[in-house]
Amino acid sequence: MEKRTPVVTVENVNKSFGDNHVLRDFSMKVEAGENLVILGKSGSGKSVLIKCIIKLIETDSGSITVLGKDIDALGEDELNRLRADIGFLFQSNALYDSMTVKENLLFPLRRHWSKEDREKMADAAILEALEDVGLAHTINMMPAELSGGMRKRIALARTLILRPKVILYDEPTTGLDPITGREISQLMIDVQKKYNATSIVISHDLNCIKMIANRMIMLINGKNYASGTFHELEAATDSKIKEFFE
Amino acid sequence: MVRLKLIFIIFLIDIGLYYSYVNWSNLSKIKAKVFKILNIKSDFLNEIGDISRFSARFFREVIKPKQEWEEFINQCFWVGYKTLTLVGITAFIMGLVLTIQSRPTLVEFGAEAMLPAMVAVSLVREISPVITALICAGKIGSGMGAELGSMRVTEQIDAMEVSGTNPFKYLIVTRVLATTIMVPVLASVANAVSLYGGYLGANLRGDVSWSLYWFQVFDSLSFGDVVPSLIKTFFFGFAIGIVGCYKGFYSKKGTEGVGRSATTAVIVASLLVFIIDLLVVQVTDILGLT
Ligand SMILES: Nc1ncnc2c1ncn2[C@@H]1O[C@H](COP(=O)(O)OP(=O)(O)O)[C@@H](O)[C@H]1O
Ligand SMILES: [Mg+2]
Repeated sequence: MEKRTPVVTVENVNKSFGDNHVLRDFSMKVEAGENLVILGKSGSGKSVLIKCIIKLIETDSGSITVLGKDIDALGEDELNRLRADIGFLFQSNALYDSMTVKENLLFPLRRHWSKEDREKMADAAILEALEDVGLAHTINMMPAELSGGMRKRIALARTLILRPKVILYDEPTTGLDPITGREISQLMIDVQKKYNATSIVISHDLNCIKMIANRMIMLINGKNYASGTFHELEAATDSKIKEFFE
Repeated sequence: MVRLKLIFIIFLIDIGLYYSYVNWSNLSKIKAKVFKILNIKSDFLNEIGDISRFSARFFREVIKPKQEWEEFINQCFWVGYKTLTLVGITAFIMGLVLTIQSRPTLVEFGAEAMLPAMVAVSLVREISPVITALICAGKIGSGMGAELGSMRVTEQIDAMEVSGTNPFKYLIVTRVLATTIMVPVLASVANAVSLYGGYLGANLRGDVSWSLYWFQVFDSLSFGDVVPSLIKTFFFGFAIGIVGCYKGFYSKKGTEGVGRSATTAVIVASLLVFIIDLLVVQVTDILGLT
């Protein structure tokens, strides 16, 4: 087997909110091109973990390295440059309500592209990202006019526009009907192929996980409790792991 | 009393350290411990401390480069657009009613000729600025609390941050600057409209010519009436913007949190308007500007 380089390394990360100790010495490695799924109960700290990876939340201790850079050592500008390489699909989509779909997709470009680049290439880039998710016709609509599945796709298009090397998905299929959920999972696979990105996906939707996961990590009691492929974990005898597959 | 002084000192240190760029997260832990030992319920005081820190952050961010001019102009427009009609109508009615109601008293003392002067002083000094500020606290303060609150709970603020735009600069600085500038503008409009209401009021019963009315109005208004009242509207605008933004920016999770941000923003902003009013009156009094 070829030796792969880790894209994201999390080492002994701790994070508490007051007395609520959410992450306890959590460690993991994610390799280039992987589709890693993180599974855990609701409230177990999955969102906190991926928000730490993009430094939306500061850790109490431990270290996180993304694309070879220690995120705690970065200044504001360097952090922003690194964040351009990391896509984040928020659980609630986080589309800007007051802007059209086009303006939503333009927003990440305003800092990362020069004015000339935006004038020359933004329209084409926006169209391409929208075509990737099959929603080019919504370009002038407002987020409120779209269905839940469409909003999820637009949010994905917005994370794709900067061609991220790593994409973090926070419960991408939660709250969607099973059919739409499957469509979104398929879309994530297509995107992964086209852009050759590394993905970290939070999910408890077994159908989605089965489709996309190369490897899984169980987040239990703030720790990396177990990891393996879907079939390895499905066959596990540990009661805490079994719970998830019932 | 001792306890009160202690708390006050802690807050001063707190804010002082914030200004001097020291990491204050340890300090707030110590503060929480001290409060626990002294058995102080400190929600209210904590809130004052938090709002002061929020304002301190505003002053630090406002001087950073890359101003968001477009969003600032947008916000100025919105503040004006949302409140102008209401401010105009209320100011007009206030001017009219105040004049009508003051007349009988002045007639009793045979001072009916003083009517324009008296009305002008009360409108310009107190009523127009405060009414404008209260309307803005109601409409703008709650609007900002709700808008930013829903942006917070639907993670839009986080999304801005990860896409390389400083949300404090883009959302907060622009809004606070917009209210700070627009409330004085609106208050000036309210002054003019309410004085016009006063003119109509004076002519309902009595008979004052257009030119005589305005002559008496401007004759009665001195520097000490106009300038302090204009200056205080800047503070009103700043307070309304800061409170609305603070409440929204730190909104609690869930739709309930958004509703609470909107209502508490109105309450705190209106209260601050009165407190600032009181302080400004004291200061102008001490400076002998009355
Ligand atoms: N900003 C915050 N302040 C305080 N507590 C938080 C914050 N964010 C998350 N938590 C707490 O951390 C725990 C994990 O939350 P989260 O990561 O959102 O769970 P999930 O695994 O469902 O995504 C929860 O108990 C939550 O209350
Ligand atoms: Mg979550």
